[in-house]
This record gives sequence, structure tokens and C-alpha cells, in this order.
Amino acid sequence: MNGPQERHGPACALETGGAWLLALLWISPLAYALWTAFHPAEFSVRFALDAPLTLQNFANAWNAAPFARYFVNTVALVTMVLAAQLVIGTLAAYAFARYAFFGREVVFVLVLVQLMIMPDVLIVENYRTMSALGILDSIPAIGLPYMASAFGIFLLRQTFKTIPRELDEAARVEGAGALQVLWKVYVPLARPVYVAYGLVSVSYHWNNFLWPIIVTNTVGSRPLTVGLQVFSSTDQGIDWSIITAATLMTSAPLLVAFLLFQRQFVQSFMRAGIR
Amino acid sequence: MSRFSVHIHGWLLLLPAAVLLVAFTHFPAAATLYHSFFSTPKPGRSAVYVGLDNYRAMFDDPVFWQSLANNVWFALGTIPASIGLALLMAVLVNRKLAGRGFLRLAYFTPTILPMIAVANIWLFFYTPQYGLLEQLTGLLGLPSHNWLGSRDTALACVIVVTIWKEAGFFMIFYLAALQGIAPSLAEAAAIEGASRWYFFRRVTWPLLAPTTLFVLVNAVINSFRLVDHIIVMTRGGPDNVTSLLLFYIYEVGFKFWDLAYAAALTMVLLAILAALAIGQFVFLERRVHYQ
Amino acid sequence: MLLRRIAQGCAALAAAGAMAAATAQTEISFYYPVAVGGPITKIIDGLAADFEKENPGIKVKPIYAGTYQETIVKALTAHKAGDPPVTSVLLSTDMFTLIDEDAIVPIDSVASAAEDKAWLKSFFPAFMLNSQTGGKTWGVPFQRSTVVLYWNKELFKEAGLDPNKPPATWNEMLAYAQKLTKRDASGNATQWGIQVPSSGFPYWLFQGFTTQNGVELMNAAGDTTYFDKPEVIEALQFWVDLGRKHRVMPQGVVEWGTTPRDFFERKIAMMWTTTGNLTNVKNNAKFDFGVAMLPAGKRRGSPTGGGNFYVFKKSSPAQQQAAVRFIRWITSPERAAQWGIDTGYVAVRPDAWETPAMKKYVAGFPAAAVARDQLQYAVAELSTHENQRVTKALNDGLQAALTGAKTPAQAMQDAQREAERILKPYRR
Repeated sequence: MNGPQERHGPACALETGGAWLLALLWISPLAYALWTAFHPAEFSVRFALDAPLTLQNFANAWNAAPFARYFVNTVALVTMVLAAQLVIGTLAAYAFARYAFFGREVVFVLVLVQLMIMPDVLIVENYRTMSALGILDSIPAIGLPYMASAFGIFLLRQTFKTIPRELDEAARVEGAGALQVLWKVYVPLARPVYVAYGLVSVSYHWNNFLWPIIVTNTVGSRPLTVGLQVFSSTDQGIDWSIITAATLMTSAPLLVAFLLFQRQFVQSFMRAGIR
Repeated sequence: MSRFSVHIHGWLLLLPAAVLLVAFTHFPAAATLYHSFFSTPKPGRSAVYVGLDNYRAMFDDPVFWQSLANNVWFALGTIPASIGLALLMAVLVNRKLAGRGFLRLAYFTPTILPMIAVANIWLFFYTPQYGLLEQLTGLLGLPSHNWLGSRDTALACVIVVTIWKEAGFFMIFYLAALQGIAPSLAEAAAIEGASRWYFFRRVTWPLLAPTTLFVLVNAVINSFRLVDHIIVMTRGGPDNVTSLLLFYIYEVGFKFWDLAYAAALTMVLLAILAALAIGQFVFLERRVHYQ
Repeated sequence: MLLRRIAQGCAALAAAGAMAAATAQTEISFYYPVAVGGPITKIIDGLAADFEKENPGIKVKPIYAGTYQETIVKALTAHKAGDPPVTSVLLSTDMFTLIDEDAIVPIDSVASAAEDKAWLKSFFPAFMLNSQTGGKTWGVPFQRSTVVLYWNKELFKEAGLDPNKPPATWNEMLAYAQKLTKRDASGNATQWGIQVPSSGFPYWLFQGFTTQNGVELMNAAGDTTYFDKPEVIEALQFWVDLGRKHRVMPQGVVEWGTTPRDFFERKIAMMWTTTGNLTNVKNNAKFDFGVAMLPAGKRRGSPTGGGNFYVFKKSSPAQQQAAVRFIRWITSPERAAQWGIDTGYVAVRPDAWETPAMKKYVAGFPAAAVARDQLQYAVAELSTHENQRVTKALNDGLQAALTGAKTPAQAMQDAQREAERILKPYRR
């Protein structure tokens, strides 16, 4: 907040201190994960400055479960879901933004239903559907319920509506077809929205757990989150050293991506006008 | 373009989305209702129409009522707190202060860590005696407590994890909205001699109303959707005090394999979400659109 | 003479033909409950390869399916879709569920030769309790465990107890635990005498108490439970009192997953947990520890736990024969012994413990034999029709009593009422 009065003195220091305290609190699970993952097991619950560093936990975690395969599955999943969401969402949003077709208002409300009733709560029936389709335990089964995203359609529709019709018409005068206009005019102008939406979608599906654990049973289809859970729930109790190492390994790509694109991330949210 | 082709083109563009939405949102919602009137098929006993039997069983099921009550408390515990904290965080890191980049990162990281992984870490925080929380309370001389194993604290512990996970995500939306507020407004207010609090209450907060609505809707949905950490941390225990509605649906559906009863339970969840959607439409839309 | 020759020749030919038929690509898919990777899958892969070498023509295809819970889900889903595995290791307590789903065949219907009968009698009787019902054998014990008591010898010494003498009775356990519980100036415990975990599946550890109190929780047909018997309530009262009355165990529900770590951190002096934790404790306890049978109430006792082999119905007779052959092979004394040594599970038959490898192992690590010695007192793990639901009813009751929400009597009466409701349809 850009408050009216410039702050200085003790109040300001207090605020900064508070902000830092909150941040330390918020980062503490990650800090703990870093500590434990890089130290031998006996230091997993004790914090001594002279504790030796080790990479053994990562080696153990990597060898204890087929994480390489889980990575491949997760990447395949998020890529597939995002690609489908973008294509399907773009087409639908274009229709809603620029075509006064029969039943548009009603259909739009029907689309928005998914904002409230997300696939996550329809696990029972969607499981039946996947079973009927004979695709249980496959990556498409994890992704299918999410491929048409009301959030994505809504977001892109709002953006497309702000694009001046003149641009559209100009392109058409030059002989471009509907899809060409969409591709050449609308998509480039909505780029920040695509980036923001893409980031949200990727981080959502990278971390999604409940539905994947229901529809997958084998290594061939399990994403990282499910693999991580299978791996950490043993009868022998919890070994935090290995779990934290696995946690860091599995979330590293997202963490690094966020570190690199932090600015874009925040800015694209802003420009996308997600409010 | 002819009038006719507008309809055709519009519908063609919409077709893939419509097919998928119908197949995985509208159809399953309707099918849930349908299946809730049937029994769960068993070998040698196919599903038969049982009318309201599943709902009667639900009415008599104390675990269902407890999960529902837990879910209300869970929602009340997580929604205001995570939104309030998100706003506070956004306000804090919107101005220039030492280490702003780090602070933003710190607030936001919980969002991109998988819940099931951090739940295991939180399990350590809550462990009696040598867990992090206990090490801290021990320093203050407080008695040891079995945080996740007592009925009076287990749900609160789970709520804290949820708030921690959500606040940073909501902060981003507030941050985006705050940066969209023209600095000239603040300058004008400064000239008028308005206090910071006054400015926030009369200018910033109303301007943030659409964001608050968006965040609120998300928070409400999440309070009925997030159960990953329950699966890892408490499995609904001790004695169902942390069992939420969706967790119970998961348990009934995919542990007991009683899909018919799970369908009846899902109907309750759908009814709640529908009621919230209508409520939001009727009450909140109006208030937000005055500006 | 000639005739006999011809007859012999025919028999040989027929046998060869049968062999060839069996050999003609009998593939047996085999679900095994373990998260993929890690040492156990390597052992299983090795065993499958050895078996294939000795039995050319049978191919064993191990499929690693995750936890027990996930494996049964996967197996039942595949069964409903008409394509189940030929054999699978699943929880012994899943027997009734698998029978109700019509998914498995009795082992003795496939393995009916005299030597097969002898083989099925070669296991510890305690393990067969969860493998037989209605006069038929449905499962073959493979990776089985029981509950044992681990104690920290150093803490025993500190408390003035004989470090080599674990508690043998309930009274001793309580008396030791009182000596082993340390409190700071303000009365807060800094070290607990005993810990019996109660998250997740408290019924399993509870069965230790009930068995010791001389009572069973269910009948052999799996359609009646006895949760509200006075002896059951008494057993629960003892467990609850450890925490709430005597204050020698943490109050409330104690997490199963963190219990071994509590033990390593010297926060608890004694713990009840699975024999499957033996290797974990051996590797991580930085102090001298002991393993003992659970203490006796009216008698000694512990439930068994762990997994059995099952053979699925919807596979061809040739596959079922091949599967039984594989199961017989893998449960032979030498392999059962090696499996126990490699994994920490209890080798499932007495003669496995007489093999040279096992004798040598036990001589070097006597704790490994405790579980075996306890088997004579062991009972079947709680297993009924609608097993998950019935155990949840009991688990909820146990947690309610442990957290003080209900008295033990109230909790067990409620659990029994719920179990009655669930099981009534199964009593024909």
C-alpha cells in the first residue's frame, strides 16, 4: 500500500521486522527441508551447527523409488493438460467474446458452473467414467477432467473482449479467416494472460494429488506427488531425511522456475487483471 | 458472415470445451444424483433402486455429521485468516523495504510446494517432545502437548497448515491489485492529511473489493476441496475430528468401495457448493459492482 | 513286458506333453505390494529369475503395485475388468473381501496332491488362522509379522532396571514404565516409559492387549465381532490408563509413523511396533536395544499381520497350477529363511528356522527369533467381511477412548453396534 504519509522511524522498523518474522515463519518448512535433506538422519530432529553435510539422502531417495519415471509422468501430464487447456480454452473464449451465437449467455453460465464444482469433488463419478472408458491407470485419465477449464475460458474471454474490434476487422479485410484472426491478432495480444494462466495451471497439476492417487496404480502412470506418497508411507515409520530430500527433488523444477520468473509471474497476474 | 454461420462457427469453436465440460462436470454431477438412489453392486447382487435409503443411512451416520461440522469449522478457520494474512502480506511487500524480493518469495513458496510433501514436514513440526513446535514451546517453558493426537488441537493444526499454504497464493492477487491503484490517489490523500488507516479503509479496501471477492470464492471452494494434508497427517483421526467431507467421500468411495453411498455424500457437497454459488451471485456481485 | 514298456512310454509322452503344454508359455503375472525400486524389488526380481531358470516355460512377471491398500485396489479393479493378476501378495485380512468379490480360488482346490497337502500343513499354525475359513485354504503365508516390544537398554540401566530383563507381564510393564518416565520440575514428562502407537490402525496393537486378556475380537467366519465383551473393555481400560491414569505414555493418539523416531531420540524407553521394524531399529538406534515378546496379561499374545499369496479365479487352470508351483517354490524352507533374513519378516514355517543360513543369522542376532517364539501365542489379525468398515468402527472407538471422549465401555459398545449393523447381512 502506498500510504499517504512517508514512514520512517520506529514504526517503519517495526513493520519491517514484522514482515521478516512472518517470512521466516512462512519459509521455515522449506528451511527445515533443506536442513534435513543435506544432513545425516540423526540430525533430522536436532539442529547442531557442526552437523556434517551429505548428499546421501538424495542418493537414497533417488534409488528407493523410480523418481525418474515419476518425473516423466508428471511432465507429460502437465504438458498435456496445459496444451489442451490452452487450445480448447482459446477456441471457446473466442466464441464467447466475438460470436453472438444462439444460447451464448446460457452456455456461458453452464461453463462457469465448473468454477464452483471442480473436478476434484466429482471423484466418484469421474472414476466410474474412466473405468467405463477403460483408461483407468493412465495419464490421460488424470488429465481429462481438467482439460476444459472454466477458469481459463473465463480469463481469456475477458481478455479477448478488451481487444478492439477494429484490429479484428482489419485482419479480416486482408482476407484472414476466423482462425487466422484468432491466431494472428488475439493470441499474441493475450500473451501475458497465457503466461499467468500457464504458471497457475502447471503448479496446480504438478502438485495435484487426490484425483491422481485414485486413478493411478502403477509406476507407469503415477505422477510425482503420488509416487512421493507411496514412498513415504511405509510401515517402518517416517524417515524425514529421505522424505525431505525427495520433496526438494520433486519440487525443485517449480521452485527454480519461480525463482527465475518471479517478476514475470507477479506482473503477468497484474496485467492479466485476474481480480 | 451470414447470421446462420455465426451460430455454426460459434458452436464449432465451443464444441471441444463443451464436450469435455459436459462429460466431466455436468454429466457426473447428474450421474451422482442418479447413482445415489441405487445400491452399490456386489458380486451376484447387481445395483438395485433403493430410493432414499442412502440418504437415510447418511442421516443416521454420525461420521457424516461430524465431517460436515468439521468442514464448517475448517472453512471458518481457514477463510478469514488466510485472506487477512494475504492482504497483510501484500501490503507489507508492496512498499519498498529491505529484502523485498526475499519476502515475496518466502510468502509465496508454500503455494508451489506439493501439499502431500509439506504435510510430512508439518508432521515433524507437530511431533510431541522433539518436534519444532515443541522445541519452541519448550524454550518458553510450556508443557508438552500431543498436537495432532488430541481432539482439541488436531483440527486447528490442520487449519494452520492450510492457512500457511493458501495465504501466499492469495497475496499474489492482492499484490497485483494494489499495484494497479494509481499512486496519485495516495498523493492526494497525503495532501488532505488523511491517516494511513483512513486511506486504507476508505480508498484501498473498496478498490480491492473485486479481488477480495475473487479470493473469497477461491478460499471457500478450497475449504471443501483440500484434503491432501488430511490423508498424510491424520487420516481423519483422532476419532474423526479432522475428517472433512471430501475426505470422508474418498474413504467411503475408495476404501470401502461403497460408491453409491459416496454418491449420496457427494450430493451434499454439490448442494453446498451450489448454494454458495447462488449466494455469491445474489449478495456479493451487487455489493462489488457499485464502484 | 512290452505292454508295460509301451505304457511307460505313453506315460512319459503324456507327461512331456503336459509339461510342454504348461511350458507353452504359461505366464503368471504377480502383483507384489511394494513401492517400486529399493532392495526388496531386487530380491523379488532375483527370485523370479531363479524360478524361471529351474522351471523353463513358466514366466513370472512381477508387478510392483505400491502399498497393500493400492495393490488390492488395483487387483480388484483388474478383476472386475476381467483381467486380474494370476497371483498376488495381499494382506491376510483381505481374505474375506476377496472371497466376497469372488476373486480368488481356494489354494487346496488347485494344489490337491498329497504332497501339496503336506506343504500347506508346513506353516506355523498361527499364520494359517488368517488363511483359512469354511474349511478351505485361501492364502499362503509369505511376508508375515507380529507385534513385539523394543526396549532401550541404556535407559533401563539409568532407571536402575536390569537392562537384559524386559517386562514379562502387564504389571511389570507398568512398574517399569513408571520407573522409566522422567519428569521435569514442573511435572512435564521429558521421557516416557512406554509408547503404543494409535494412529492409522490402532486395532492391530489393541489386539495385543485383548489377546493377552484372553479374548478374541471376532469369530473364524468373519461375520461376528465381540468388541463389547467385558474382557475387551478391560483391555482397552488398561491401554487408556497407561496414558491417562498412570501417565507413563503420551496421552491422546500417538502417531505410528513417528514412534520409531521417538525411540531413537530416547524420548520413549519401550515401544510396541511391528517386527518389520527390526532392521530399521538395528540401523538407526545409537544405543543398545532389546526385542521381546509382548508382556502377558492372563496369557501372552499378539496378532499376526502382513501378506499372503492368493491365486485369482479368472486365470486359466494352467496358470493357476503354475502359480501354485511358484508359491510352493518361493515358500520352500531355504527361500523362506533367506526372505526372512533379507527383509526382517518372520520366516513362515518352522523348518525354515532349522536351515543353516537361518541358524547362523539367529546366532548372530538373537532378536530375530523373538517373533518366531511368540508365534505360539499369536492369533489371527482382525479380519471380517467389509473389513475396512468394521476396522474403522473399532479404530474410531479406540481413538475416542484414548483421547478421553468416551469411556472404554461406551466406545466399545458403540463400535460393536456399528460392526453389528455392517455384518448382519453376512450372517446367512
